[in-house]
Amino acid sequence: MQKLKKIKWKHYVNYIAVGLATIVLTVLALTGQLKSSDLVLLEKIAISIILAVSLSMVVGFLGELSLGHAGFMCVGAYLGGKAAFILEPLVGDIPALILSLLIGGAIAAVFGVIIGLPALRLRGDYLAIVTLAFGEIVRSIFMNSSSDTFGGALGLQTPRFDKDYLFIIAFVLVLVCLAISQNLIRSKHGRAITSIRDNEIAAKATGINVTKYKLIVFTVSSFFAGIAGVLYSYSNTKVQSSTFDYNYSIEILVMVVLGGMGSISGSIIAATLITFLTTALQTILTGDLAILQNILYALILIVLVIYNNAPALKSFRAKYDIKNLLKKFHKHDPSNVHDDEAKWDRVPTKIQMDEVLTTDIQISSPYTPDKADKEEN
Amino acid sequence: MEFIKTLIDGLSIGSTYAMIALGYTMVYGIAKMLNFAHGDVIMVGGYAMYVALLACGQPILAVAAAVVFCTILGMTIEKIAYKPLRGASPLAVLITAIGVSLLLQSLAQIIFGSAPKMVTIVDLGNATIFGLSIPYSTFVTLACSVVIMLILTLFVKYTRTGRAMIAVSEDKEAAQLMGINVNKIITITFAIGSALAAFAGLFMLMKSPSLTNTLGAMPGIKAFTAAVIGGIGSIPGAMLGGLLMGVVEAISLKIPAIAPYTDAIEFLILIIILLVRPTGLIGKKRREKV
Repeated sequence: MQKLKKIKWKHYVNYIAVGLATIVLTVLALTGQLKSSDLVLLEKIAISIILAVSLSMVVGFLGELSLGHAGFMCVGAYLGGKAAFILEPLVGDIPALILSLLIGGAIAAVFGVIIGLPALRLRGDYLAIVTLAFGEIVRSIFMNSSSDTFGGALGLQTPRFDKDYLFIIAFVLVLVCLAISQNLIRSKHGRAITSIRDNEIAAKATGINVTKYKLIVFTVSSFFAGIAGVLYSYSNTKVQSSTFDYNYSIEILVMVVLGGMGSISGSIIAATLITFLTTALQTILTGDLAILQNILYALILIVLVIYNNAPALKSFRAKYDIKNLLKKFHKHDPSNVHDDEAKWDRVPTKIQMDEVLTTDIQISSPYTPDKADKEEN
Repeated sequence: MEFIKTLIDGLSIGSTYAMIALGYTMVYGIAKMLNFAHGDVIMVGGYAMYVALLACGQPILAVAAAVVFCTILGMTIEKIAYKPLRGASPLAVLITAIGVSLLLQSLAQIIFGSAPKMVTIVDLGNATIFGLSIPYSTFVTLACSVVIMLILTLFVKYTRTGRAMIAVSEDKEAAQLMGINVNKIITITFAIGSALAAFAGLFMLMKSPSLTNTLGAMPGIKAFTAAVIGGIGSIPGAMLGGLLMGVVEAISLKIPAIAPYTDAIEFLILIIILLVRPTGLIGKKRREKV
């Protein structure tokens, strides 16, 4: 029981949530409760989660704006899909899946390094434009390609995996992505990365190898975007470059911003929410009303970013922050003084200090200095 | 002979890019932010001209109305979306700018529909010089751009407000200490930039009268590229960069082998210049302090 108490459960919340969801959904699928449209929705949610978590590594933790995330997904989708197409008759279903995932992810990671190299020298604004340009270039290259290699404007045909259980594989990949991302962020490397976000020159002066960490983040992020792309090509048998446009990159960015930049759990929740709403409302919002979705995204971006970052709203934010609201439910016991945890994340007010200083501390094992040692006698 | 035509075409496209780039570079130099929504102000100017033409039919009045509308729009966007974030991290401002850009595009799509609108401001026809058939609008664009850029340069150099703008772009805190109202200067900058964007919209519509809600997106990005190539924060740099980009684009479009990759080539030039000479062709070196 002691060991259970010592585990920091909040570190594993993400794994537990996704794992439980997978188990529940698998049971539902096995008993036939889920329609095929639900299965497609689940695959889409998994893809969105992987994309949002990988983008949040670049935007939320490294602090660089990357508008070309859909471009990496496009690379992964086309190359992974093509690889699957070629490999499946040769090696069979599952090995082809694994190999094409690795191929799609690896090539997307190569492109991630290529994009990361200018990132080393460019400030944030320029990098946004360069990543945007990259997304457009990749899309136009695949669109203008010949029909034999990548299907040209009509798109590429890819094999469809056993459609009932693709979502399980997708969620397993979500867990893998979570594992790698969380372990990277919750380590000294992750702290180095966030320090680059907070003040790059100070980080360099402290001895952090900014080049190495920027390249690592871009590579890992684009690797997972590529994997999401390969999953997409398995989920939709047709891969068209027009899907991976600038608007899709913005949609992923909205998921990251909505979830809170610098929060992996937030990205997961926001990705699920947005994908679910988009698919659920797809039947209701047709034609011109679909633009309402874009307006909603734009308003989310503007309002949330201004609310979270405006210097003038700082006091307002401190009052209505979710963490502070929840603290009201947690009764504060001032005699409970933990010596081994320093909780000075906020400078305490005078009222709090008085509370702490006026309580009597219960001593568990009294030290009486008058007892002489037996050896001295 | 064809080469001369391509060159003149290039200069005409380039001067349009130069006008948009001027807006980008002034806002970047003075407010230190990249206004992603600048390209979409062009589009809004185009739609304003469309509405004004429907209302009154006079081209000059329509253009004037569009310029005024764009100026007010620019100042409003700055007040609502960018001013609250003064002092926040550049990433936040960038994301907000993207949000504003998306909002403008979607609003235009909802109000006016997705079908392209035909906006013929004035049909001038073609001139035949030395056997080449060049549309009059090209010359009008070139002439107007030169005049506007001259006025802007004189304004920035010889008026108090212009010199105040240069001061704010060099050192905002010192300018405040000297008694310059930085908020007013930033608002004026956005106003001038948006007015220039309206003119750029006019020139683009004179060239090809089809107006959609994504009219300004690509030219906006290319104009930012031009501003960076010329040296961001420098007015002659924006003009030079714009003309350069225009000529490169015109030449590249003429060669059928690389025509589909024109956009890629222009961005490649951006990346090369940023890696080789990050401050651009005319830009000044800036020291970064912790």
